[in-house]
Amino acid sequence: MDMLKQFPITQYINEEGELNTNEMKGEVSLDLIKMFYQKMLRARMMDKKCVNLQRQGRIGTYVQYEGQEAAQVGSALAIEEGDWMFPSYRDHAATMTFGHSLRNLLLYWVGRIEGGIPPEGKNIFPPAVPIASQLLHATGVAWAEKKKNTDRVSLVYFGDGATSEGDFHEGLNFASVFRSPVVFFNQNNGYAISVPTEKQMNSKTIAQKGLGYDIPSIRIDGNDILAVFMETQKAVERARNGEGPTLIEAVTWRYGAHTTADDPSKYRDQSESDRRRTTTDPLLRLEKYLKQQNNWDEEWLAETEQEITDEINTALAEMEDVPEAEIEQLFSHVFEKPTWTIEQQREHHMSIKRGQV
Amino acid sequence: MTTAVSVKKLTMVQAVTDAMRTMLEEDESVLVLGEDVGINGGVFRATDGLIEQFGEDRVIDTPLAESGIVGTSIGLAVNGFRPIAEMQFLGFIYPAFNQLMTHATRMRQRSMGRYTVPMVIRAPYGAGVKAPEIHSDSVEALFTHIPGLKVVVPSNAYDAKGLLIASIEDPDPVLFLEPMRSYRSARTEVPEEKYSIELGKASYVKKGEDVTVLTWGAMVPDTVKAVEKFEEKYEATCDVIDLRTLYPLDKDVIAESVKKTGRAVIIHEAPSAGGVNGDVISVINDTAFFYLKAPIQKVTGFDTPVPVYSLEREYLPSSDKIIHAINTTLSY
Repeated sequence: MDMLKQFPITQYINEEGELNTNEMKGEVSLDLIKMFYQKMLRARMMDKKCVNLQRQGRIGTYVQYEGQEAAQVGSALAIEEGDWMFPSYRDHAATMTFGHSLRNLLLYWVGRIEGGIPPEGKNIFPPAVPIASQLLHATGVAWAEKKKNTDRVSLVYFGDGATSEGDFHEGLNFASVFRSPVVFFNQNNGYAISVPTEKQMNSKTIAQKGLGYDIPSIRIDGNDILAVFMETQKAVERARNGEGPTLIEAVTWRYGAHTTADDPSKYRDQSESDRRRTTTDPLLRLEKYLKQQNNWDEEWLAETEQEITDEINTALAEMEDVPEAEIEQLFSHVFEKPTWTIEQQREHHMSIKRGQV
Repeated sequence: MTTAVSVKKLTMVQAVTDAMRTMLEEDESVLVLGEDVGINGGVFRATDGLIEQFGEDRVIDTPLAESGIVGTSIGLAVNGFRPIAEMQFLGFIYPAFNQLMTHATRMRQRSMGRYTVPMVIRAPYGAGVKAPEIHSDSVEALFTHIPGLKVVVPSNAYDAKGLLIASIEDPDPVLFLEPMRSYRSARTEVPEEKYSIELGKASYVKKGEDVTVLTWGAMVPDTVKAVEKFEEKYEATCDVIDLRTLYPLDKDVIAESVKKTGRAVIIHEAPSAGGVNGDVISVINDTAFFYLKAPIQKVTGFDTPVPVYSLEREYLPSSDKIIHAINTTLSY
């Protein structure tokens, strides 16, 4: 069986910016495309800002996602308030699109616990740092929604390397067995730090891994935000209608390093990233689409860029204004009520700090 | 005035079932899930009859995947349920270690209290029932080391029901260890009504004057037998303390007893290295050092893998070793 044929890459807008699907005739409004562009631009500008801030020493080690904006933004736009999002550490384009505050996202990268806290009413888990463990949380949370007879769903993010972990397979199996309303959103960016997908797995696609669990699976162009948005929406609808989980493999590419502490030139030719910036880039694709329709508006772009710059600078100022972490945070929220060992350690620590011992 | 309390004589495993039934009846958010917990009633029958009474939406046979059971339980717990997840044996919990260590026990702090995990993981454990390999591990210390987790071990049916109900009602994750060789070895009077025993509180199994003997789980009845033998033969008496919760330890009861006796013996079947004995010694050191008349003694399993069962009696602390340790503290 040729898996590449069985799981072709679904595309709605091709790399030339041409509508490449029969699904959308007459439905693609200018507003929708401009909204997509604005959200992706916001994500990209935030990412670039964070890399710069790390270089300046204003934030710590940072995990970048540049190149993966369509996958994250498009999927995040497909769920609604009340649904649940489970990011890994590379998915802040998704969380900021779903409503996470930029201030808190920045706080995460300066090692602040507040960084993992979403605004009230936004169901976003703190980023999962171990690999693939969050698939089980998404499955469990969605299972709970099903038990409560709601139509809420989970959307969970993970990379290509995560599909080697046991928790990936356990998550798919549990979701399949209990028909949990969860969308498994894989971003196959080609590399797990330095290990390319062809060394990570002998399977030709990640989508085919859903076959083993009888989970409907699809492979999409992860740099085509229209495909991402539409196909994630379909998966979300299936989940809402009680039809169980879906596995989406969004094929994409990370331009930069794994993190700011990584040097990708050690394991791959970075000219590939340069080539992709001028060919498969998700923002460039919409730019081409808009130009073909004579809807590319430089003035609008300049205004939008200015708005985003202001928003990011405001968030940065807010982040840098946050008072230093209180020592109390070390000891609080370990249990609802601290145990005596924690109380004792806190008191001792504080009395040494106060010079009372 | 006396209140009529209806009691039944139950084995420990029946008391465990009784606790789960009590909570499933009282609280709709309580779920039981694990391998073979449904129609089979659990490999030790700890969930016997629950699926018939509460249905398969609340008593759930899961796929055979420990990380999956604990990981999805985290999601269920964050989203409004109180899962009681069964590990078939403690020796099978290792695939779930990551979920416990990096998620279940950190969720409250990582979310500053937004998301909490009121989950109980039940696990039969310990040697002495001629179980196959890997079924007999006593690795409680792997878990007392995890910040954010309470570790509870009953030694009899009465405590099992009260401690399990307290664990289910606890707002944070609890590992509830059930000593296999005590599952059916004795019957205790257990009230039919709901009651709970506060976590973190030890109990005096018997009182004495000269030596404090501290233990938990299946070593409690073994220790009581050894102490009875000792007291018949020698002119000294012992406090026997069942710690019941291994994190957080009951420092007040430990201190109170050791201050009185000035001598302590710690008994556990787990390996000594990194074992809970170290935490107990630390409590004594901090609270009763100047009352000690002799170095603290310990009787533990060896720093070897728990053996296959032909040798498990050699591995488990024996009466002779316990009596020897008590005598050593007395003759110092």
